[in-house]
Amino acid sequence: MNSSSGKSYMSTASSSVLWKAGGDVVADQFPAGLRVLVVDDDPTCLMILEKMLKACQYNVTKCNRAETALSMLRENRNGFDIVISDVHMPDMDGFKLLEHIGLEMDLPVIMMSADDGKNVVMKGVTHGACDYLIKPVRIEALKNIWQHVVRKRKNEWKDFEQSGSVEEGDRQPKQSEDADYSSSANEGNWKSSKRRKDDEDENDERDDTSTLKKPRVVWSVELHQQFVAAVNQLGIEKAVPKKILELMNVPGLTRENVASHLQKYRLYLRRLSGVSQHPSNLSNSFMNPQDATFGPLDLQALAATGQLPAQSLATLQAAGLGRSTAKSGIPMPLIDQRNIFSFENPKLRFGEAQQQHVNNNKQMNLLHGIPTTMEPKQLAGLHHTAQSVGNMNMPVLSHGSQSSQNNPLLMQMAQPQARGQMLNDSTVSLAPRLLSPRGQSMLSNGMATNVSTRNGVPENIRAPSYNPVSQTSSMLNFPMNHTSELPGNSFPLVSTPGISSLAPKVAFQEGVNSEVKGSVGFMPSYDIFNDLNQHKPQNWELQNVGMMFNSSQHSNSLQGNLDHTQSILVQQGFLSGQNRNSTVISKPMFSAGDSTGHVNAQNSNQHLNSLLDNTVRVKSERVADAAPANLYPDHFGQEDLMSALLKQVGSFFSLYDTEGDIILLILTSKFPIFLQQDIIAPAENNDFDFDGYSIDNIPV
Amino acid sequence: MEVGQMQRRLVDYTKSLFMEGFLDAQFLQLQQLQDESNPDFVVEVVSLFFDDSEKLLNDLTMALDQPNVDFKKVDAHVHQLKGSSSSIGAQRVKNACIAFRSFCEEQNIDATLRCLQQVKQEYYLVKNKLETMLRLEQQIVAAGGSIPMIELGF
Repeated sequence: MNSSSGKSYMSTASSSVLWKAGGDVVADQFPAGLRVLVVDDDPTCLMILEKMLKACQYNVTKCNRAETALSMLRENRNGFDIVISDVHMPDMDGFKLLEHIGLEMDLPVIMMSADDGKNVVMKGVTHGACDYLIKPVRIEALKNIWQHVVRKRKNEWKDFEQSGSVEEGDRQPKQSEDADYSSSANEGNWKSSKRRKDDEDENDERDDTSTLKKPRVVWSVELHQQFVAAVNQLGIEKAVPKKILELMNVPGLTRENVASHLQKYRLYLRRLSGVSQHPSNLSNSFMNPQDATFGPLDLQALAATGQLPAQSLATLQAAGLGRSTAKSGIPMPLIDQRNIFSFENPKLRFGEAQQQHVNNNKQMNLLHGIPTTMEPKQLAGLHHTAQSVGNMNMPVLSHGSQSSQNNPLLMQMAQPQARGQMLNDSTVSLAPRLLSPRGQSMLSNGMATNVSTRNGVPENIRAPSYNPVSQTSSMLNFPMNHTSELPGNSFPLVSTPGISSLAPKVAFQEGVNSEVKGSVGFMPSYDIFNDLNQHKPQNWELQNVGMMFNSSQHSNSLQGNLDHTQSILVQQGFLSGQNRNSTVISKPMFSAGDSTGHVNAQNSNQHLNSLLDNTVRVKSERVADAAPANLYPDHFGQEDLMSALLKQVGSFFSLYDTEGDIILLILTSKFPIFLQQDIIAPAENNDFDFDGYSIDNIPV
Repeated sequence: MEVGQMQRRLVDYTKSLFMEGFLDAQFLQLQQLQDESNPDFVVEVVSLFFDDSEKLLNDLTMALDQPNVDFKKVDAHVHQLKGSSSSIGAQRVKNACIAFRSFCEEQNIDATLRCLQQVKQEYYLVKNKLETMLRLEQQIVAAGGSIPMIELGF
């Protein structure tokens, strides 16, 4: 098949595949028409590459300067599927370009060089390149580059899907097409292999940019339910990992996974029974006082809503995230909380993190799916994912080059893959950033992210997807079409002045109309909704922690994937004495939502309130129809993404306070849940630290 | 000379270039990329290569002529030349660049100067050969013939 020998090849004009963003339609001629951007300062190589790529029937754009390439990508985020870049360039180092692309656009990037030294190749790997070609590049090598695009998208979906079998099934048709092309998946084993792959590869994917993470199991809602059922069957006292594992009968799940999940679950239950309050200032860690956004949560929400359209995802993919974004949207087990509040990187806050993508990336992980098993290390992972998220969402967030920072955050947020990590600090920080009234660019740009963080500004949940104003970047928002804003689905992250609340308003693209009533579509991680209603920006405190999900409804729209039933809304009231501080209230409110119905935010709110004796009052507001998850665009790809995202949302995470009690358990359903809490309570500074399960005080 | 004869000459000449290591399989790839829609592809690429390389060689000469040689810069140029020569299939030039780079790492002035000479020499040789070959091709086409595909039994 050498296209080169096909003299009669015509150009790809006719075969413009619909390899559009979001991969809505997989063209029959795929991979023909793949939109490649090639960057190399060497004119000879550039010309040869262009010719070769054309011979492969790709749609080629060439560029001899990195800056030009970046601006081209920024202007037309969804205009490319993959980037090939030289390492050594006079105006900008190829790796730097790689990072930028990863953060901002989350596109797969292939590095190439005449240099085949191990160090350079390793650098490519660590910076998140999806491949490294040695010059002279042969046409055969170029023929297969489409696999990176497919793989990336597949991973994104995977994140969304996480355990949802239904979703997967739904998605299968589309993916199977891709699977045909991709090396690994094959329909039959797709799900299980995906899951296994998740275990094995999750980290790999995310790893591109950051440290290696161990494989994590993403505890999706379904999976968790199976777990709970098994535990209940055995009796909580008698439930041992081995037996639980047997009862659950999930391929690819190990005893260790179950054991750690069980531990968290036990803590969670303990927490439920004795709620104690620990106001803590979350803000510090993840949010800048100003932003006070619950970044992690937001991100999660965003991640949850990560409905990045496939295309955007593709664009998003970028080095980091793209890389790993695989975030599993699956709900995180309690542990996820950690991710949420990864206070580890207070810096992640967007503002601070801005400096490095990496930070941002990390943070961005928050959005990655709902936290999966969050182990402390996950935070690291989160970072990683964040990065991927960031990548993914990049487009979303950054419109045009919004502050890169924002982007990362946004990216993350938007990441559909709300991996458990969403909760990372990064997300938190991201959120804040986005939200911070500082004028961070909010997500903006039409990117679907509808993160609308409101800093103190009442935002309506339905705000158009972008609330550029409000920084709330809907992290979740997945801009499915970058261009379009998600109507209604914006995750308004309400952030009060100090705290940006990431009220995840799920602002999904219009396609989705989730009726999430009270469902949390977003990234559930936190619902930090601080005043969703904007009025009181000041009390910010925390916002909600509970995310309720209701997946049921929208699942249909989502492609049926979501079936989240869950809505457990756990919320933690975060109380922050001051606007800026968000304190976490260690009372987790657990409201179990029925799986079928939506948990009404109101209901949960009540639950929460009743649970919270403390001063924290949680008002959950449902975001109705902001239906997060359902905002999937009609496009297939987007829907898939959305559903994947939503699926992810169906996880829960728990936030532990310093005492090791679970403060917040957020179960995210596929749908974003907006909880609005008016929490009035004195702020205590508690640090949250997510080591293990405890949350340290977060200095405000 | 009639077309058939010219074609045979071309084939033999081209083959010799491969045998002698001036050109490698990458050049074949380039030839295969040429088609009716882009009949001058090889000529264009080769011309680009010439222009680019000459510029690089000048830069290299200047860089090595400094009292304080900036080896990083020299290495960067050589790396670039290595990349383009390998992309075009100019094997001997590429090999000379590889040797050049290792001396750059050692920061050995004398050796690098020698390498520069070597690279230049190889470059001019291959330039000459390619120009001859392309001219032959042109003549064939002008005479109404077609360029035979070289099949190398590598």
